[in-house]
Amino acid sequence: MATTSEARGDRAPARSSARPGSLRRHQILTAYTFLLLPLLFFLIVRFIPTLMALRLSLFDWNILKEQQPFLGLENYRALLQDEKFGQALKNTALYTLIGVPAQLVLGLGIALLLGRIRAFQGLYRALYFAPYVTPIVAAAWVWQWVFSPQFGPVNTFLMWLHIPPQAFLTSPSQALPTTAALVVWQNLGFQVVLFLAGLAAIPRVYYEVAEIDGASSPQAFWKITLPLLNPTIVFSVVTGTIAYLQLFTQVVNLNFTDQGGPLGSTMTVALYIYQLAFGRYQMGYASAITVVLFVIILLITLLQLRFLTRRYDV
Amino acid sequence: MRKFLTLALTLTATAAAAPVTLTYWQYDYASKVDTMNKLIQKFEAQNPDIRIKQETFPYDAYNQKVASSVPAGQGPDVVNLYYGWLPQYVDSGYLQPLPAKDFPAKQIESTFVPMVQTSKIGGQYYALPTAVRTLAVFYNKDLFKQAGVLTPPRTWEDFIAAAQKVVKGAPPRFTTLGFGIQPDGQDYHVVREVLVRQFGGAPYSKDGRQVTYDSDAGVKAMTFYTDLYTKYKLGTPNFFPGNNSYRDAFIAGKVGMIIDGSFAIGTIQKGAKFNWGVVPLPVFKGNGVRSNFGSCWVNGITKNAKGDKLAAAVKFLKFLTSEDTQRTWLQSVGEIPASKKLANDPTLRRDPVYGPFVYALPFAHSTLFVDEAGQRKAWVDAINSVILQGDSPTNAVKKAAADEQKILNGYYK
Repeated sequence: MATTSEARGDRAPARSSARPGSLRRHQILTAYTFLLLPLLFFLIVRFIPTLMALRLSLFDWNILKEQQPFLGLENYRALLQDEKFGQALKNTALYTLIGVPAQLVLGLGIALLLGRIRAFQGLYRALYFAPYVTPIVAAAWVWQWVFSPQFGPVNTFLMWLHIPPQAFLTSPSQALPTTAALVVWQNLGFQVVLFLAGLAAIPRVYYEVAEIDGASSPQAFWKITLPLLNPTIVFSVVTGTIAYLQLFTQVVNLNFTDQGGPLGSTMTVALYIYQLAFGRYQMGYASAITVVLFVIILLITLLQLRFLTRRYDV
Repeated sequence: MRKFLTLALTLTATAAAAPVTLTYWQYDYASKVDTMNKLIQKFEAQNPDIRIKQETFPYDAYNQKVASSVPAGQGPDVVNLYYGWLPQYVDSGYLQPLPAKDFPAKQIESTFVPMVQTSKIGGQYYALPTAVRTLAVFYNKDLFKQAGVLTPPRTWEDFIAAAQKVVKGAPPRFTTLGFGIQPDGQDYHVVREVLVRQFGGAPYSKDGRQVTYDSDAGVKAMTFYTDLYTKYKLGTPNFFPGNNSYRDAFIAGKVGMIIDGSFAIGTIQKGAKFNWGVVPLPVFKGNGVRSNFGSCWVNGITKNAKGDKLAAAVKFLKFLTSEDTQRTWLQSVGEIPASKKLANDPTLRRDPVYGPFVYALPFAHSTLFVDEAGQRKAWVDAINSVILQGDSPTNAVKKAAADEQKILNGYYK
């Protein structure tokens, strides 16, 4: 795809202008002039603060102190011994390992089902999409009541099935999966829409050919649908992983009184950064963690792009 | 005509001496903001040459806002802050000591309740409260009656017996709680400053630099508190979802007793649709030792106030901490007066609602926080490790002591 459009772009000015070079340069200049504003925006709002965080991480930068002594790599060394950071890191990994596959499989499954049914398709799409556009705080609030050990309908249902009531968000072992379930549920609508678009982009003709060749529908799924959905899957996995690694809002809002869950059981790296920086004013130390988180996200994303992206020539 | 009016106005304005404008900051709490607006009007009427501009911010952002503004020479001249933040504020140089000639230490100590001494840092006073808060037991008279409890508890033994009669259901599914246990509500203060002392210990060394609750008394306090959950099953934390779980549940009539501060009076008064009462924190039958946790929001003068502004700030601070203002504050906000004289006022001490809080003032202790959030976390985690993970109280106290000592060491290094 990319090569053909470039080629066309090259040829077009050549035909219409006597001095192709200058017009091309002119086009590039115009493009960059238009890009200047967003570029400046990103520079000021994103890149410069990122670099400043890198600098901050080398200082004992507490906003409630007058002196901000230089520490070198001391903050990073302290991180290695910080149990709470270790726990936050482990929790974040768990969220990602539960959440990304779950929303991928559920999203694809529901998209396939929605592709089959004809009646009320729009209604179903809207229903699945509704949680995604619901404000997270409101959703978290409802979730707290739904999973309330005392009054929640989930426990009422469990008891009806003669299963003992569960502590959910108030239990150190159940709080994380319950929180992850909320995130998956909220993101599902977006995943479904993504896969519906990906499925629609697969030309019908492949399935027709497969049918003529006598392929069963599982065969068609594994040999045609899944490979051709690869770009969508890669997009979903990469953006999903990044989102889970930065998980914050749901965690904050699910356990108001004990942010980060009982005994830190739902604490994520992002929430830990927030608490250190804005609850305890240890900006330098918090910055060191943001740098570590940045490196982790970068590495994982690069690895995913390297190993997941496939080219299929059908 | 309009031009003429403007001209006339400008002339009159310049004719009078330019007034000094002070900026006052506090966090956004409706009844406090309204009361302060009225107080400011009164102060301005008494001092025509001083203007006060009140600015408020949401509680969550308040501390950050001050911390980022004052060093830049912006922000408030007079600032309202939690006493637990004082060491950090003084450390950072945001506050100036109160001028000794206007606020002599001796006079402060003879007029205010003992709690005020947490504002004395390095021998100098940095701030003064208008009102203070202590803890007491709020109880639901209707639930007590239904359960056949005739008198509110005076001792911890009575407290447990009463709660056991009121509680309905079992963990993790209660329908009514005997006691609205909530470690991260006010309860961790109860363990630290009330129970440890009632068991004969002290939570910290006198200078506040050493944790001393890793002791027999500390273990007993932790055991007693966690037993309320594990052994007596009086209730469960986070009974209601939300930020003020125990208080919301009490207001909804689902909890027999909660331990809360005097600042909760207004909210409970407004919300509760049943008969309720207040009694002082219980004592143990054997020893009768009383203790309480006292806290306050104090007013300090920032380093921004110099010259005329400083003089005006001193006047304003005197006004804010005067007996008259304290009386207004009690009536419209519900926080109890910080003045010894008012706290000894017989009508106030006999008041069925305010009385138990005022009664506790002489033996109320305030923790010298250096990192309020971090120190709270250490305790809440320790309590949770016992009630949620079955850790032993001895281990939990040891862990809390180690965590908190680390924070103290970091500050006093």
